[in-house]
Amino acid sequence: MLKGMTSQRLLALFAAGVVLFNFPLLMLWDHEVQVWGIPLFPLGLFVVWAALIAALAWVMETREG
Amino acid sequence: MTKTVLIADDEPNILISLEYLMKREGYRVLLAHDGQEACDLIASEHPDMVLLDVMMPKKTGFEVCHAIRADETFKAMPILLLTAKGRDTDVAKGLAMGANDYMIKPFSTKELAQKVRELLESAE
Amino acid sequence: MVAPALVVGVTLAYLLILFAVAYFGDKRAEAGRSVIASPWVYALSMAVYCTAWTYFGSVGRAANAGVWFLPIYLGPMLAMILAWLVVRKMIRIAKTYRITSIADFVASRYGKSPLLAGLVTLITVVGIVPYMALQLKAIASGYAVLTLPLGQSMATPADWWADGVLYMALALAGFTIVFGTRHLDSSERHEGMVAAIAFESVVKLLAFLLVGAFVTYGMFGGMGDIFSQALAQDNLKHLLAFDQGQPFAYSQWFTLTLLAMLSVVFLPRQFQVMVVENVDERHLRRAVWVFPLYLLLINIFVLPIALGGLLYFGVDTVDPETFVLSLPLAQGYNWLALVAFVGGVSAATGMVVVEAIAVSTMVCNDLVMPLLLRTRRFGERSGGDLTGLLLGIRRTAIVLILLLGYVYFHLAGNTYALVSIGLISFAAVAQFAPAVLGGMYWKGGTRNGALAGLLAGFVLWTYTLMLPSLAKSGWVSANFLEYGPLGIAWLKPEAFLGLEGMDNLSHALFWSLFANISAYVWVSLWQRPAAREASQALLFVDVFQRTSVAHPVFWQGQAKVTDLLHLTGRFLGEAKTERLFADYAQQVGVYDIGQIPADAKLVHFVETQLTGAIGSASARVMVASVVEEEALELDDVMRILEEASELRVALEKLKSLDHLKDDFMSSVTHELRTPLTSIRALTEMMQDDPEMELEQRQQFLGIVVAETERLSRLVNQVLDMAKIEAGHAEWHNSDVDMREIVQQAVNSVAGTCRERGIALQTELPPQLAPLRADADRLVQVVLNLLSNAIKFVPEGSGKIDVRVRDSAAGVTVEVQDNGIGIAPDKHAQVFEKFRQVENAAGSQQGTGLGLPISRQIVEHFGGRMWLASQAGRGACFSFFLPR
Repeated sequence: MLKGMTSQRLLALFAAGVVLFNFPLLMLWDHEVQVWGIPLFPLGLFVVWAALIAALAWVMETREG
Repeated sequence: MTKTVLIADDEPNILISLEYLMKREGYRVLLAHDGQEACDLIASEHPDMVLLDVMMPKKTGFEVCHAIRADETFKAMPILLLTAKGRDTDVAKGLAMGANDYMIKPFSTKELAQKVRELLESAE
Repeated sequence: MVAPALVVGVTLAYLLILFAVAYFGDKRAEAGRSVIASPWVYALSMAVYCTAWTYFGSVGRAANAGVWFLPIYLGPMLAMILAWLVVRKMIRIAKTYRITSIADFVASRYGKSPLLAGLVTLITVVGIVPYMALQLKAIASGYAVLTLPLGQSMATPADWWADGVLYMALALAGFTIVFGTRHLDSSERHEGMVAAIAFESVVKLLAFLLVGAFVTYGMFGGMGDIFSQALAQDNLKHLLAFDQGQPFAYSQWFTLTLLAMLSVVFLPRQFQVMVVENVDERHLRRAVWVFPLYLLLINIFVLPIALGGLLYFGVDTVDPETFVLSLPLAQGYNWLALVAFVGGVSAATGMVVVEAIAVSTMVCNDLVMPLLLRTRRFGERSGGDLTGLLLGIRRTAIVLILLLGYVYFHLAGNTYALVSIGLISFAAVAQFAPAVLGGMYWKGGTRNGALAGLLAGFVLWTYTLMLPSLAKSGWVSANFLEYGPLGIAWLKPEAFLGLEGMDNLSHALFWSLFANISAYVWVSLWQRPAAREASQALLFVDVFQRTSVAHPVFWQGQAKVTDLLHLTGRFLGEAKTERLFADYAQQVGVYDIGQIPADAKLVHFVETQLTGAIGSASARVMVASVVEEEALELDDVMRILEEASELRVALEKLKSLDHLKDDFMSSVTHELRTPLTSIRALTEMMQDDPEMELEQRQQFLGIVVAETERLSRLVNQVLDMAKIEAGHAEWHNSDVDMREIVQQAVNSVAGTCRERGIALQTELPPQLAPLRADADRLVQVVLNLLSNAIKFVPEGSGKIDVRVRDSAAGVTVEVQDNGIGIAPDKHAQVFEKFRQVENAAGSQQGTGLGLPISRQIVEHFGGRMWLASQAGRGACFSFFLPR
């Protein structure tokens, strides 16, 4: 089941997601700073979230050759 | 003006018969025994039309077809494929490679002569 | 304030639209043009995850805890990354074995255990009722906000029959019945319902975005404005940071994420839309990223709305869970509030309908049916069509579930925030994770292990989460929360065994899952699985490796077709059964139902069909009641598995043989057509041209004769080849002297060699012990090698050496030439049929069968043939024959 590229990419992406949404990487965003008027913490979470979706879409929509 | 027809086939006996047939029809005839020779002759002699066997050594008929169509000079040159396999996939592949028409071996000499005439006329 | 009649009218009109969408979906499905066969619709139907809880509760949570509403949506994001691996496997398993609910999934995996199915159903019902209540609460309080002056709450009517919420619950039950249980389908798919759910998902998203945009850009000057105002207020500032002052903040964050990750797969409604209602596995490919995208979009305005509400109304004045409605109302935008309310109703009804259908299927198949089938009236060999009964049970179950939700709403609904209620349900369904995931990837999990795990998890969930929630609502004395039951401090539900400091949810989830997993693993490892558990484990874990043809059927015994037909008819209806059996007959290649062989495959087929209608456990019981079964031992499971894999190997071999045969036919055709081409062309021309010169005519006739000879040679060799390969060739064995054989072959080509100036030399041992073989065939082999060599050596300077060598083991014959040779990478090809390696002259008069036939002959006598050569250095063909 884990032979295909897609499977391996998905597992790697999952690991990245878990790490990005937990201690200690979560601390990176927890500062009293604003970007474009938006506090960094919620903004950071949404940006990471959007990036994960984009990466997932890329993995799923590119077929293995 | 006399038209020149190139015949490419690796079977000497088929070359002999087609050479006779085409000469009888009044064309000048060039003979090639394999795909590479066919390509060389096309480049040097600029024939008006090509009769191509599919299963040839060095270069297959499909490859020759592809090479001809890749060259701007020969875009309009009629190509008639002669195939002995007669499978739909082979025919489809040949047409996709740029052949104008195909005949399945063994063919009727009258039909072949007719097809050659038509293709030469349509190319003018 | 909006007039109550208007609110009720708009809500009813919206429900009618939903009804129309669902009706349209069903009609299209009947016509075979499914509207839901699209990855987009599939992804939208998954968004049933976003209920009234998301719609109202997220804003409430954001107003209290800031960014802490997010883990509930980050969990699904992570789960969806793995969905292509995990959910796809669930879909494959469910489709292959006709599993229609999560209870059946668990029961089927652990040997079709009715006990497990019942336990899972029970946990689901207990766990999901609060969640149903939550939806009712959301609609009720939304209605109150719309129709009453701001800040005033609705008085509970004195008489139960005057309570609008009750009627709403009943209306939702009616809606669910119409679309969920109109007819009995053995795959439990509801296309109309899915279409309606997808539609609802669009409505709730648009309505929420509309309100969000209104608050952010209409009431405030954009996101930046809201955030900077909030940051300026000390009592709001902390909402935008991670730390809200709770202990173990990171572990709580992780807990919430994990909980949501499991829920998005194991909630009954998610399992229903994702697995049971899935039309095509490939839709998952797109849905796994579209669904998280939907979640992201619906969450973008949560913080702005929450902060906007707090800034506008001030803290602790208006219930933040109703900000979506109260903000537009306060600004006088009644229509917008109404739109927002419709969005909320959308979210709530979607959840209620799907959840009720999923749970009612479980209640019917896994709780009621197994009990009913034990009674004399419905069980064993009694007759009668039960399809009506099945539908009746499901409809009743739907009404009961909604009424239970209504009762819970009255008991506990008013004291608890929406989010807390939802999390209790999440923690309940998370208990399924070890048994389901373990069952999909670990063959060692057993029925007892799953039972122990689920029970332990459920008990701890009840004790550490459910009971405290009831206590906090005032229905149970809260004393045991403070001091522990009977004053035993280490049994305190929210600090079990003295584990203090965590929030109650993390605490409960840790204990319940810890006990669950430990019990599951250790009890599983305690005993070997029984035969039926082992066989089901194989079918589940290896589902991707099993093709439908070589599918092992774990059953042995005797059955009668009529019994099975009758049984199926009782649960699926006569007409449908006839159709199913007729299809099956066609599948196994017989003309009518009476001729179907009553074998294990048929029993398996019937059981699978029944599983769709009444669940795997009941189906097992019913099938066992009409056939005579032999007990299945672990050894039988292994034997059946082995047979199935042998069958698969045989099948693959046949397929590759078939492919070879196709290639062979195509090559033969080519070889036959080539000489025919010359013959036809030349004879036609001679016929057309009576005045052809004699010399020319002679040349042509010569070619015709040569080509005809080539044709007959080819025909003979093809026949020869076919005979040898099929083992039908005749062999006239005698004691042969290899020297004589070689001499005979050399003599017959000596003339040709002289003509072409080829030096032919032989090197023979003085004496040679005889071999047992067919002399004529061996001459054929040597001749073949010789004529090959003659073709490839240069005319005039050709040189061919034939050597015979003797050894104790046997005789070796070598034919060495000085021709152009053959490159090593082409060596294997020369022994393939119709592969002629190009030679210098470019003339190929061979048939391409000589060498393959020679090799077959040599191998027939236990010998082998090989080639040693390099391009340009000549070739040496040799063969060895053992004594």
